Amino acid sequence: MNLIKICGPAMQHSGLSSWIPILIILGVMAAYLGAVVWQYHLARRWSGWRTVIFLLGIGLLTFALWPSLTVWGPHHLHGHMIQHLLIGMFAPIGLVLSAPVTLALRTLPVRMARRITSLLRSQLFGGLSHPVTALILNIGGMYLLYLTPLFAYMLYHPYIHTLVYIHFLAAGYLFTWAIVGPDYVPNRPGIRTRLMVLFVSMASHAYLSKVMYAYLWPRETFYSLEQIRTAAQWMYYGGDLAEVLLAVVLFTHWYQKRIQVGQCARQVSLNCIKESAG
Amino acid sequence: MPNHKKLSIESKRSLWVAVLIGVGIMAAIDEIIFHQLLAWHHFYDQATPAISLLSDGLLHAGELMAIVAGFFLWADLRQRQVLDSLSAWAGFFLGAGGFQAFDGIIDHKVLRLHQIRYGVDLVPYDVAWNLAGACLILIGVILLFRARSMRHKIAQTHNAP
Repeated sequence: MNLIKICGPAMQHSGLSSWIPILIILGVMAAYLGAVVWQYHLARRWSGWRTVIFLLGIGLLTFALWPSLTVWGPHHLHGHMIQHLLIGMFAPIGLVLSAPVTLALRTLPVRMARRITSLLRSQLFGGLSHPVTALILNIGGMYLLYLTPLFAYMLYHPYIHTLVYIHFLAAGYLFTWAIVGPDYVPNRPGIRTRLMVLFVSMASHAYLSKVMYAYLWPRETFYSLEQIRTAAQWMYYGGDLAEVLLAVVLFTHWYQKRIQVGQCARQVSLNCIKESAG
Repeated sequence: MPNHKKLSIESKRSLWVAVLIGVGIMAAIDEIIFHQLLAWHHFYDQATPAISLLSDGLLHAGELMAIVAGFFLWADLRQRQVLDSLSAWAGFFLGAGGFQAFDGIIDHKVLRLHQIRYGVDLVPYDVAWNLAGACLILIGVILLFRARSMRHKIAQTHNAP
């Protein structure tokens, strides 16, 4: 405890309150697994692959928000960066691909399911979940955090710290969903728009991490030059891996559709093409 | 029912798809061998201006996209059985050589993002780098001509009664 007091930042996170995120995550996991079990109980099917990828996402999130890591992370900038990568990029891939919205629509009573679909169809949601909006919320937040005094401020204000974690997860999830979300939504932008947005995201990520490395951001913190550079490299390569994964998922969806369309063309059935293109 | 127009080989598309793969692979080789293994040039070399970092970021995103997009487009040509492999190999070498020459002339000399190696006489390195690029482009051009003459031959045999 003495060491922690000397080092200072964000230590108010200790104690019972630090377990709250873990409890929420476990609650979400229980809800998802409960819904899957209910599907089987109703003699419907739910993809085992989606369940596995969901558990993977939950696992990464639990690891990144484990109390001892949230204490260790802010003391080492690369520790914070690993948390950031897991919460904002890798965990959302698993959670988005597990199609929780589709599962919820199948499981919930009709009236509630209808409410969700009308929400998904609303203009507000359409605007918010557009890839460009999601990109700005995601990458814009990162530029704001790392290239302004916000980061130094966050280190000494635990509530801001919690809000930053929530933003990582929410913006990361929204962006991942906007690019590769499997849940059906009308008027989703086409693959070209999504690829362009992903391209811009990759470039902004690479640029931000090199600027951090070269000009030593975030400033006014207690991190050494070495630590900042290690963190920037983690961000560069980790961000790359996550975004290449997104590109692979996006193209896999495209490729599967092409095969379906090809099979339809051979059967010369127009309805079939319409179905698989929808 | 076989549709002749559908089953015809898509040479141009095969070429361009492979150009994407060639560019991406060459860029990846550059990053892995010269940045990571030899560590001749680095992540950032203390002298690059901010605006070059931006172009560096765009280039990096472009090469990653090129690899992923290229392989999926190639796989799609294959599964539709319209891949022209000779044109594709030509495109691969043209892409790889083109990137090598682009990296050697634009990145190293015009933008001065980084040099190939530091603390040595650069001339032999630059010459070797760009010569390697030129060789790859030459192989690509030769393959391109072979692909073209092959197509002519096939067209002639098809047209003959």
